[in-house]
Amino acid sequence: MSRITINDIQVEVFKDATILDAAKEVGIYIPTLCHLDLEQFNIENKAGSCRICMVDVDTNGRKKMMPACCTPVEEGMVVKTNTPEVVEVRRTVLQLLLSDHPFECLTCPKSLDCELQALAKKFGIYEVTCTGKMSTYEIDHSSKSIKRDLSKCIMCRRCETVCTTMQTVGVLSGFGRGFKAVVAPPEMEPLTESVCVFCGQCVNACPTAALTEINYISDVWKAINNPNKKVIVQTAPAVRVGIGEEFGLPAGTEATGMLTAGLRRLGFDAVFDTNFSADLTIMEEAHELIERVKKNENLPILTSCCPGWINFLEFQFPELLNIPSTCKSPQQMFGAIAKSYYAEKIGVKPEDMVVVSIMPCLAKKYEASREEFIKDGITDVDYVLTTRELAQMLKEAGINLDKLKDEEYDNPLGESSGAAVIFGASGGVLEAALRTAYEWITKKTLGNVNFKDVRGMEGVKEATVDIDGLKVNVAVTSGLGNARKILTKIKKGEANYHAIEIMACPGGCLNGGGQPYIHGDTSILDKRLKAIYSIDESKVIRKSHENPYIKKLYDEFLIEPGSHKSHDLLHTQYFKKNK
Amino acid sequence: MDSNKTLEIGLPKEQFEELDRYIGSLKIDKEDERRTGYLIQVLHKAQHIFGYLPVGVQKFIAENVGVPHSDVSGVISFYNYFTTVPRGKTRISVCMGTACFVKGAGKVLSEFERYLKIKNGEVSEDGKFSIDILRCVGACGLAPVVIVNDKVYGNVTTKQVGDIMALYINEEATHADKK
Ligand code: SF4
Ligand code: SF4
Ligand code: FES
Repeated sequence: MSRITINDIQVEVFKDATILDAAKEVGIYIPTLCHLDLEQFNIENKAGSCRICMVDVDTNGRKKMMPACCTPVEEGMVVKTNTPEVVEVRRTVLQLLLSDHPFECLTCPKSLDCELQALAKKFGIYEVTCTGKMSTYEIDHSSKSIKRDLSKCIMCRRCETVCTTMQTVGVLSGFGRGFKAVVAPPEMEPLTESVCVFCGQCVNACPTAALTEINYISDVWKAINNPNKKVIVQTAPAVRVGIGEEFGLPAGTEATGMLTAGLRRLGFDAVFDTNFSADLTIMEEAHELIERVKKNENLPILTSCCPGWINFLEFQFPELLNIPSTCKSPQQMFGAIAKSYYAEKIGVKPEDMVVVSIMPCLAKKYEASREEFIKDGITDVDYVLTTRELAQMLKEAGINLDKLKDEEYDNPLGESSGAAVIFGASGGVLEAALRTAYEWITKKTLGNVNFKDVRGMEGVKEATVDIDGLKVNVAVTSGLGNARKILTKIKKGEANYHAIEIMACPGGCLNGGGQPYIHGDTSILDKRLKAIYSIDESKVIRKSHENPYIKKLYDEFLIEPGSHKSHDLLHTQYFKKNK
Repeated sequence: MDSNKTLEIGLPKEQFEELDRYIGSLKIDKEDERRTGYLIQVLHKAQHIFGYLPVGVQKFIAENVGVPHSDVSGVISFYNYFTTVPRGKTRISVCMGTACFVKGAGKVLSEFERYLKIKNGEVSEDGKFSIDILRCVGACGLAPVVIVNDKVYGNVTTKQVGDIMALYINEEATHADKK
């Protein structure tokens, strides 16, 4: 332990703590910008590049200005965080940053969510007095998911830490040196030329608009305004526990009813739920799981709901392409059923139907464009908007979500069980599959449906489930760095699991690349998580196979899980991607 | 070794085999965090073998050292010494470190440019000569320093540029005669 004094307050902290850590301990605020601490996931970006956190440090009479975020404490240090000199230095740092930043705040997608803008406001920078060379770069629009505008990059390297250390994908890295240095894919190629999986974690980490989503709002407005199109919408599980934040509601607000009401106000012809197709996924996946466990063949089975993780597999572990479940993700299953079963029911031609998805995810934008999901020119899903984009649309329409009265989803694609909503949290897909698989194998009712061992934010969770004497080993992992560890084990033949759930984003979809920005405050994720399980608890039906509309869908259309029709509409395959 | 990659960029298979043998001799543990420490020496070797470091070579190195391609590309972009485009057979490098610069390296560079009718960073049309600049090579006592292929010339004046070039132009010619 070391004892130091900050602004005349004594504080005792662990030896390897930084001045910033010590200040937090006693509730003293020091501004930061390049620093990012994703405490829950043990990921810290300590680039020390922006210098906004400068403080006055006196170590045994040696006086110096030091960056608080990356200076370790020393016994007896005397720190001042808000002297006039310190404030002046911070203002200079901001002046320098702004001197090479485009003045586009009015039209910037990150406006009011930008950490640089917030600091400029906080420090009362009303005029930029430093002028000099500006760096300009071509905008990278190459992908369906992520827009890169390097002229807004402040070289904090938060994206690099997230992409390389947390996700172990390693697309983004420092390139070049001096004024010309950037953080970019290898050789500054567009993102589509790299091994990017479109998880969007870098977008969540970026403090400015250097990395944002590719926006499809105007396409969706156009579709809604087209009288010849039947435009329907589906909402992913995690959206309902995130969107409230965009309207000033506390994190963890369950906004299902407001969400459906808001979507109806926007003019969608029908408001449906991805949770419905999550239940459908479980029907198909539990069936596949049981088949494979019975034959003791091709194990472990891996979940396939997360397109970010599927991309990762296709790039990094092509030798394992045969082990994920062949089930399409709930988003794609929804589209396939909407444009067949539902279209038929209401007498609309599939080509006259537009399916819009609201997703917490950027990889879903890419997924919707995969060739396998386009048949005879008809795509399962036409447009994918993030939770953030939906909030934007609602604001454009003057709809205050927080003021709306709860409404229900439409049927027949709107009903769902508690097992579906938990798809939004890491562990949920597996838990949902277990609830159904247990009853199908044992033909008995599962009394306690809660498999708590697979819940929570840890990167790797393991459990052994006793299904009437059959011991099923399961693992749940989220974050691609953790996935890599498990996949390497499988590759080496060292893993002894029957089923594994993998999500690209740490903590699962509730922390997806399309969710409201958390600016490093991971406690928000805990609140979203709690909300997810509380929705599950509040449902009367908590097992996917008990959803009456799912039963009806099989009776009227699909016949049974694994049927010919199911395979045609609801299953897919994976392909090696060249590195 | 992935033969597709060699075909893709049209570089000789033997050169990849040589690099493969070299990387193999280093016995790199792909799970050791310190493996990135080998990157510079592997890049040196590769540039020596291929003459430059195109993307195909970069990816080969990334795969075999066990680091992301972005790391390889990032390191190459950081050091002036490494190049991703082919250089001339005879590579003229002028040191632009502080000492050399102060002692007139800028003028020496211009003289080479004038003599060969190419600019810094370019290759002559026949592929025989290229000019680039280096950051301090650590021979400040000899400033200004010019390195031609592996040979170091010290205290270079603009007047000597023609003499130095004559050596290599003749050499090129003798080579051509022998063939
Ligand atoms: S989307 Fe994911 S994989 Fe792609 S660059 Fe960002 S963090 Fe890396
Ligand atoms: S792109 Fe964003 S996160 Fe990455 S270095 Fe630039 S400002 Fe930082
Ligand atoms: S926040 Fe400390 S240097 Fe950027």
